[in-house]
Amino acid sequence: MATAAMKPAGIAGKIVWAVIAAIGAACLAVIALRRGEPVNAIWLVAAAAAIFLIGYRFYGKFIEHRVLQMDPSRAPPSVLRNDGLDYVPTDKWVVFGHHFAAIAGAGPLVGPVLAAQMGYLPGTLWILFGVVLGGAVQDFMVLGLSVRRDARSLGHMLREELGALAGVVAMFGLLTLMMIVLAVLALVVVKALTHSPWGTFSVACTIPIALLMGIYLRWLRPGRILEVSLIGLVLLITSIAYGAHVAASPDLAKLFDFDAKSLAWLLIAYGFCASVLPVWLLLAPRDYLSTFLKIGTIFLLAIAIIFAAPQLQMPAVSRFIDGTGPVFQGQLFPFLFITIACGAVSGWHSIIASGTTPKLLSNEGEARMVGYGGMLMEAFVAIMALIAAASLHPGVYFAMNSPSALIGTTVEHAASTISQWGFVVTPDELTRTAKDIGETSILSRAGGAPTLAVGMAQLLHNILPGEGMVAFWYHYAILFEALFILTTVDAGTRVGRFMIQEIAGLVYAPLKSTESWIGNVLATSVCVGLWGYFLYQGAVDPLGGINTLWPLFGIANQMLAAIALMLATVVTVKLKRQRYAWVPGIPALWLVTCTLTAGFEKVIGPISFTAAAQKYTQALQDGKLLAPAKSLEEMQRIITNNRVDATLTMIFILLVVTMLCFSLYGIVKALRSNAPTAQEAPRVALASVTASRST
Amino acid sequence: MTLLKFWQRLVQTARLSCGVPDYDVYVAHLRAHHPERKIPTYAEFFRDRQTARYKGTGGRCC
Repeated sequence: MATAAMKPAGIAGKIVWAVIAAIGAACLAVIALRRGEPVNAIWLVAAAAAIFLIGYRFYGKFIEHRVLQMDPSRAPPSVLRNDGLDYVPTDKWVVFGHHFAAIAGAGPLVGPVLAAQMGYLPGTLWILFGVVLGGAVQDFMVLGLSVRRDARSLGHMLREELGALAGVVAMFGLLTLMMIVLAVLALVVVKALTHSPWGTFSVACTIPIALLMGIYLRWLRPGRILEVSLIGLVLLITSIAYGAHVAASPDLAKLFDFDAKSLAWLLIAYGFCASVLPVWLLLAPRDYLSTFLKIGTIFLLAIAIIFAAPQLQMPAVSRFIDGTGPVFQGQLFPFLFITIACGAVSGWHSIIASGTTPKLLSNEGEARMVGYGGMLMEAFVAIMALIAAASLHPGVYFAMNSPSALIGTTVEHAASTISQWGFVVTPDELTRTAKDIGETSILSRAGGAPTLAVGMAQLLHNILPGEGMVAFWYHYAILFEALFILTTVDAGTRVGRFMIQEIAGLVYAPLKSTESWIGNVLATSVCVGLWGYFLYQGAVDPLGGINTLWPLFGIANQMLAAIALMLATVVTVKLKRQRYAWVPGIPALWLVTCTLTAGFEKVIGPISFTAAAQKYTQALQDGKLLAPAKSLEEMQRIITNNRVDATLTMIFILLVVTMLCFSLYGIVKALRSNAPTAQEAPRVALASVTASRST
Repeated sequence: MTLLKFWQRLVQTARLSCGVPDYDVYVAHLRAHHPERKIPTYAEFFRDRQTARYKGTGGRCC
């Protein structure tokens, strides 16, 4: 009876999935094959939706049942260790929302924008297939492993499954990665605010607004987060609107007009203060505001894209796949795959998937929705960012994202250079765009944020027209990105500080105490100094900084993803499920290949840091000045910076190779053993725990 | 009723995203398992969680 009743539903289900597959294939065909006439962004959205649904339903389920063998009748850590605080069985939608809010950040908004220089197709395909076969697999598998191990962290699991040394190596890599992340994100803010009094004013306003919110939350209405966030939001919108007056008044504008160098110093000083001050005063209120604004803005972007349904003006594949692109150097392989990290595969997520989320999951059967599904949502955000960038006039896109070393500093020069590349644009169009968004210039604003902001402003203006609204939306988008980047910088500095204190504590125990003021200030200074060095270097970099730092960030992030996937592969083999080892194994190998190739190209060869250092050294010996260095000291600084970057890349390469060796050793050892050797916590039946609780 | 439930879930998600777990669940847990402990007010609970969130476990992405 039951099976008879199931059958028609099964057939109906099959038909539905066949239709979804057909729609996905048709949309992809339109995107990939239509040439000559512009493609509407809706095709892209539909293709993504179809592919994600199929990936979630079939591949996600395959991983759930065969590879991870998730068991809904097994008690998860939230039930076993329920303490009402950290470990709490929580509704799956609430866990999903929390997980998505934790993994969504600036990364998926920046990478796809930079990658748009190669056309929209390469980036789209990498996001769609990268996430289904790599990124979501990583998030889901790490979550699954952590749930089976008392919700342990990635570092802990690496130590247990690969050995203590592997754990230490990976943690060192993590600290380096974090410093690069903070530097590159801070640089995105610097690039967006350089000589932009309006933007700088509204971002500066977030500090007094946050202080006010902090005091309100602490003393006036303790714990009323939503209430205070609404007040904060109103104040923020007011500050954006008032920013127009600041920009228009020469006296006021002067106060908020900074070059990249001063902005870098301001951010460094700010990062230090935010990390040393009590959290309730500055860091926490900004965090609340940025979390809500982030989710709200992602929704706003989705609505704007669906209703505005823009045409993609960028070609499907541009000539810059040959590696000569102005936004970042390097060929499609491997540089596309490290430029778009978050959104396709992001190593950072493995930290979150082994952090709070596994402590909240009320059932193993919900892990696919949270881990795999959450990452698919993030990929959607990346697709939207790509659409926003690709729907811009390509001339405007390249004017915003090319360094001044290539396109000069006047609109005439920029327009003629970019037109020569084959993207015809007039100086007038560039000036008008700048005027529309309320800025004096749009040239060389690399870093993704300004480009996305212009794209978003134009989309929103399409659905909500109004005088001067483009400028408002542009500054809204800049503010929202700056706000959550700065929150990441603050929180990251704090985390880095604790990590450094931990390490320093090994040498001199009293430094470990997080209550100690000396330890606090010392460790914070070291942490801020580390990311500040790279930020400053990026701010004075002749090629605009993003050009140099983003590949480093991409390599580091993909390196962490490779480590997480290698861990998943080793554990799969240790569980004697080696016939499924390809599931995490193939993306792991792919990422190892990409990071190593990109790493080598950045150490040896024409686009390497080493080559740049040599070029300037040669010129220095010949007594010549190479642009944009204006003095011998600047020449020397460029040489040093390139050498530091080359060394760092070599460290990353070494890290990947070391972890690969540890993993291979782990796999060989596991294959030799006859019984499973993975360190899972013993199985406890969910029914037995709930039964004992209710009595 | 379902709308109210939806709103409660939304608030719970929003708070959790800021590192503040459900207060009622915690109070119920204390009552059931640790009757000897003092039950904190929401303000005390909030402060405690606020400090705990930034203790250095890296809770966010790039």
